[in-house]
Amino acid sequence: MKSLDEFVVLFAEQLDETDPSSVTAQTKFRELDEWSSLLALSLISMIDEEFDVALKGDDVKNSETIEDVYNIVVSKI
Amino acid sequence: MAFLEFKNVNLVGMAAGVPSFVANNLRPLPDDDVSSDYSPEDFVKNTGVLERRITYTQTTSDLCYHAAERLIADLGWKKEEIDALIFVSQTRDYATPATSGLLQDRLGLSKNTYCIDLTLGCSGWVYGLNTVTSLLSTGCMKKALLMAGDSKAVRPMKLSPLFGHAGTVTALEYKPGAQGFRFHCGTDGSGYDAIIIPDSGCRNLITPRSFQYEECEGGKKTRMQSRMKGMDVFSFGITTAPKSVKKLSENYGFDYQECDYLVLHQANMAMNSMIAKKLKLPVEKVPSCMHHFGNTSSASIPLTIVTELKDKATTGKRNFLCCGFGVGLSWATVSFTTENLLISDLVEVDEDGIAS
Repeated sequence: MKSLDEFVVLFAEQLDETDPSSVTAQTKFRELDEWSSLLALSLISMIDEEFDVALKGDDVKNSETIEDVYNIVVSKI
Repeated sequence: MAFLEFKNVNLVGMAAGVPSFVANNLRPLPDDDVSSDYSPEDFVKNTGVLERRITYTQTTSDLCYHAAERLIADLGWKKEEIDALIFVSQTRDYATPATSGLLQDRLGLSKNTYCIDLTLGCSGWVYGLNTVTSLLSTGCMKKALLMAGDSKAVRPMKLSPLFGHAGTVTALEYKPGAQGFRFHCGTDGSGYDAIIIPDSGCRNLITPRSFQYEECEGGKKTRMQSRMKGMDVFSFGITTAPKSVKKLSENYGFDYQECDYLVLHQANMAMNSMIAKKLKLPVEKVPSCMHHFGNTSSASIPLTIVTELKDKATTGKRNFLCCGFGVGLSWATVSFTTENLLISDLVEVDEDGIAS
């Protein structure tokens, strides 16, 4: 089971234009300049690969921070 | 568990018809529904769809008709020998009657021909193959054509840059002793609205409201256009397709990694790369045509074989695994072997319906 900190690192790896050091558990990822529905697919891939969890679109849409996503993933394991 | 096996049938030939007009996603058409969410460059990079074939005049049955004429000629089949025609599409010619009957007449097939339509999308070619092989397996019928695809844009409705038009034909025949086909099939109708055209069926008849644009995932769409919950479909595809391939190989006791080719429904590059990666299959075993043709619904698996494997799969034996997954939600995987598979040259059909 990966920690929240590890999840934040994995999340930051999906981003191309955002400085990884600026990404924290409280980052409101959907407000990032580069956030798009295509990046959401990268996030879903990463979560499938690392956690074997199938995230739904609503899970992403209803999350505000990276920690919110992490909590949904943990609840589905 | 829907596992099925039908012996005594061979897949002997394939052909595909596409519109001759090429749309380039780096230079979107006025009719293209371009998202403000990302640039055309990012769209092409992520989906893998650079070009697609588009028509405003040719229906799926038109494209299938021209492909069928070429395939029948290339195989040297006599039309009176063809016992069954299965048409898989979500874009039939008329609300009623079935399009397979129109094709029977247009192709000049016998009045003894068994004809049915199947309304499926991404999984449709594999389900159609299942239906055809079950019909041929006992030898009562000897030769059959499976047609699959979706086509025709209708103005003023916008076009999704992900999808292209195509109509394909697959020829199968009864052959006593042939190894045949093994299938795994599945359905999750709870995801019926993951990809849906809300209006124009009997549930929601067409009304003036059907033509109004409303906000949905992927932008503004009318209720007559296909809308997709992209993230849900992506999540479904990358989990369900690899599992279906694994279930089939486990059930029948073979190693899926020994296949010559895994031909996936051409959903989009991000999804297909992920599926191939999860199955640990090298890229050369997983051919793709979405770069030039986009997502072509039920045509995508046969179109990939026709356009990408013509020089590779036509001599000797080849072990195929094919997996279709999507609208329904519906999915199916098949394993089969071909020997000296005949693949016709790609048929291009212009807006006047002239094939070349």
